[in-house]
Amino acid sequence: MMELLTLWKGWFPELIDGYGLSLEVTALSLGIGVPLGLVLALAVPAKSKAIRISALTFVEIGRGAPVLILLQFVYFGLPTAGLTLTSFASAVVALACCTGAYTSEIIRAGFEAVPYGQKEAALVIGLNGLDALRFVIVPQGLRVALPALLGFSIMMLQATSLCFTIALPELVSRASNIGSTTFEYMPVLILAGLMFAVICIPATLLVSVLERRLGRHAVR
Amino acid sequence: MIMDLTAILNGVPWTIALTLASFIVGASLGLPLCAMRLSTIGALRLTSTAIVVSCRSIPPIVWLFFVFFGIGNGLIAMSPFTAAVVGLGVVTAANMSEIYRGALTAIHPGQFEAAKVLNLTRSQQFRDVVLPQLTRIALPSGATYLIGLLKDSAVASTIGVTDLAYQSYHISQQTFRGLSVYAAAALLYILLSLPIAWLSRWADVQLRSRVSR
Repeated sequence: MMELLTLWKGWFPELIDGYGLSLEVTALSLGIGVPLGLVLALAVPAKSKAIRISALTFVEIGRGAPVLILLQFVYFGLPTAGLTLTSFASAVVALACCTGAYTSEIIRAGFEAVPYGQKEAALVIGLNGLDALRFVIVPQGLRVALPALLGFSIMMLQATSLCFTIALPELVSRASNIGSTTFEYMPVLILAGLMFAVICIPATLLVSVLERRLGRHAVR
Repeated sequence: MIMDLTAILNGVPWTIALTLASFIVGASLGLPLCAMRLSTIGALRLTSTAIVVSCRSIPPIVWLFFVFFGIGNGLIAMSPFTAAVVGLGVVTAANMSEIYRGALTAIHPGQFEAAKVLNLTRSQQFRDVVLPQLTRIALPSGATYLIGLLKDSAVASTIGVTDLAYQSYHISQQTFRGLSVYAAAALLYILLSLPIAWLSRWADVQLRSRVSR
């Protein structure tokens, strides 16, 4: 047991650097992806056919293709079209697109949960379409969508582990490097798993508490 | 491009086999895991909760590496495919047990009471009353999970299972036509998920039509 702890102590600084990078990628892709999801959620029911179809295509491809394929498409595929990105930029672009596609569905479900009377009331008191969205529909819809969005964010942190395949030195690629040089795969992977668990377990519990709290109003 | 496509298609049987095998493993292991979660014995409940929570909060790729490099290296030698089935199977079991649990709570409590009052044995209660309803309720979420699993199975390419993602990677490295290769791979994954969606919708309609509402 002591042996294990000393091993872990030696590896921890390197792994924590990688974890920082994982968190950075998560934060950036959520920061870009969630607003993108909001735009897509508003674009899917749009009146213009061209906007509707392009938004739907984006969402269906983003949700239908594996994240791993999206990552490799950006990192290995785009250079053949003359656009070379670093592994960090590729990770953020691919994961942000994926976030946009998934969260657009979550946000749209949130908007649909807002009673129709709210929209009618907003129009009746003289708000124009944009203001009705901004002051009435979006705040209420996002509130409904919040637990699902947070749940998705946890999934996204776990998805950054796939950036291992595009040579981004995040937590899992560092753990696997340590494993392949020392052959101590089991201990280093356990440590990496624990590091994910330390954030993901409390976050999952928090989301379920939040779900119950916010659900309380909906029941009444 | 036709050459590339045939080479990518070589990976499709592996992707399908991996997805189905890990789903079968997960869907069967999920039942006892769910039973343990609802057990009256605290230790069983705790074990099951610990398994479910850790499977859901550690990324699949870490599980696969753990099984393939960690366990497979010293203790039991495993082929990449076996390791992938074990790793993804365990993660699926945890998620399926949650789906079963959700479905069980959706069954009306009166059903359990009625089954008991009719003096059915415990196995009859489960087989004839609970199970048919459980399947019906769990089916749509199970199918959604299966589609997710199809996409997650791409992770297995990292430990050398020669699936769709693996083939795409190698062909894109050989031909430097990454753009079309990965676009084809993405489309293939979407195409593969369509029959699952159709089947589940069909089965859902079939099962529902037998119930009076």
